[in-house]
Amino acid sequence: MHIVVCIKQVPDSAQIRVHPVTNTIMRQGVPAIVNPYDLFALEEALKLKDKYGGRVTVLTMGPPMAEAALRKAISYGADDAVLVTDRAFAGSDTLATSCALASAITQIHKDMPVDLVFTGKQTIDGDTAQVGPGIAKRLNMQLLTYVSKVRSVDLENHEITVERRSEGGVQLLKTRTPSLITVLEGTNEMRFATMTNMFRASRYQIKIWNREQAGIEDVTSVGLKGSPTVVSKVFAPTPRAVKAEIIQCEGEDPKELSVTLLAKVFAKYPKLEKEIAKRAV
Amino acid sequence: MSEAPEVKKPMGKKRIELDDRLKAYKGVWVFVEHERGKIHPVSLELLGEGRKLADSLGVELAGVVMGEPGEVTRSFCQEAFTHGADLCYLMEDALMADYRNEPFTKGLTDLVNKYQPEILLLGATTLGRDLAGSVATTLKTGLTADCTELNVDLEARSLLATRPTFGGSLLCTIQTLNYRPQMATVRPRVMPMPEADTTRTGQIIEDTLGMFEKDIITKVLEFIPDAMQDKPQLPFADIIIAGGRGMKKPENFKLIWDLAAVLGAEVGGTRPVVQAGWLDLERQVGQSGKTVRPKLYIAAGISGAIQHRVGMDASDVIIAINSDPNAPIFDFAHYGIVGNAMTILPQLTEAFRAHLATARKAG
Repeated sequence: MHIVVCIKQVPDSAQIRVHPVTNTIMRQGVPAIVNPYDLFALEEALKLKDKYGGRVTVLTMGPPMAEAALRKAISYGADDAVLVTDRAFAGSDTLATSCALASAITQIHKDMPVDLVFTGKQTIDGDTAQVGPGIAKRLNMQLLTYVSKVRSVDLENHEITVERRSEGGVQLLKTRTPSLITVLEGTNEMRFATMTNMFRASRYQIKIWNREQAGIEDVTSVGLKGSPTVVSKVFAPTPRAVKAEIIQCEGEDPKELSVTLLAKVFAKYPKLEKEIAKRAV
Repeated sequence: MSEAPEVKKPMGKKRIELDDRLKAYKGVWVFVEHERGKIHPVSLELLGEGRKLADSLGVELAGVVMGEPGEVTRSFCQEAFTHGADLCYLMEDALMADYRNEPFTKGLTDLVNKYQPEILLLGATTLGRDLAGSVATTLKTGLTADCTELNVDLEARSLLATRPTFGGSLLCTIQTLNYRPQMATVRPRVMPMPEADTTRTGQIIEDTLGMFEKDIITKVLEFIPDAMQDKPQLPFADIIIAGGRGMKKPENFKLIWDLAAVLGAEVGGTRPVVQAGWLDLERQVGQSGKTVRPKLYIAAGISGAIQHRVGMDASDVIIAINSDPNAPIFDFAHYGIVGNAMTILPQLTEAFRAHLATARKAG
């Protein structure tokens, strides 16, 4: 079984700060990490490999520095790694990104047929959850999103049975491979990198493909030209016209502060007082 | 697979004349999501928002209802009318009894190609995101996820879809200029619920899916519904008491739970608190958690980072307790107490308890 896991290198959003005056993102010193959601996809793929045998190939699109994310994946146990990188990809939106990745998967498939494509449910920087479905549609693969568990794989009949989270419950779905699965967070826990794999990761020769090598002939299908959406404005949220009314009292006694607060709130919002009074019954 | 018109976009020019083929795309559509016999509230919220967009563009608002044949599915059209739709596209087929990507993608894509709306909105739910991403790729058009604000640029007849970016630190407005339809998803509770007008009615346009079960590769073997009680329902809670890193220790969250118990409220928290394991993931409020709009939101020890704010600033009344007088939360809360949440929360709980006791006597 051959599983391709699509991952992305993202800035650790917990550490992003906005410049208070210029409202621009301060990228300096923000560490790049593997999109945390993608690690669930990678671990799920590695678990299937442990159980059924086969290979796991990790794939990413990004700048040359994204190589670090692939090495990390190899240290966890991935077998192969492909980095698709080209200036032509700059400015890609989700539609253009799915084009590049789908094309790269087609190239990988030529070397070794692909049974499953895994990815995280979304990234922490874009938060769109659109690239997974996009790749599936472009490759005409069955799409299973928000999968919380892979129940079984029937290699002989090319079938896979999974649990998929839907709004009000869990769907138990059976489909044919090749298919694309986006893995839900919390599905598993990433294993520790072994010494052997860490050593392998440091020496592994990552396949680096430019646009042509990734099999993309039409330059207008990727990058800005392949992106229907354009960002027309970036701005900081407008502060509310009126700031909070700060409740104060002499000596700042917590009890008096609380009582004063309630009196003020209920005087201004009688409907809220009624709503709360309902709870007295 | 159906191909949407592909037009070269002139670079670096914002105002563009729409291609003639794209000018034919008219009207605003809302995909009406339903599960187990009920419309998802996000679809009704979107109808309210769609109504405003349709009015500014001077076009009709349509609901798209897809599901198994029967009165229940048909009744969703009427519900769409009472919430603002002028007409509904109805596709009934036993193959769509459960949500599956393949038939729904084909059904919605076919409807779009046939009736050509300029704007198509879906809820950013597990179903909506699965379907929106598939339809947009099939149509090769633009899709903007998790919008917090929708407007139209009348001159360019273009949807202005605003969403948080970089984990919510900034907002960006995204446009799909020379492709149609312009697609966007919006999370539940981001938009207000429109008032239902039961006198409203509309036209139903029926269409067919044209698929057979044997064409659909993915099979639903079973559906295991969630037990409703064991999952917190933050998005629909009327009162939420939330804590942040300023609560210092997980044990201090007891003060929040105490207040919540007195008010019959839900408990929420910020991402750092959830990541530290002090609260369940289901209780995370903000950009990467739930969007809430309760009648009362009490934020204790929460600084008010924009990631948190985007998930809760539609709350009717926000009360903030924070020891830092310069915390951003005081910029958008309605009332604030500058002080130690650990000493104020118990007193606030007492004050509410006393108030409720008075109400009980009076009532």
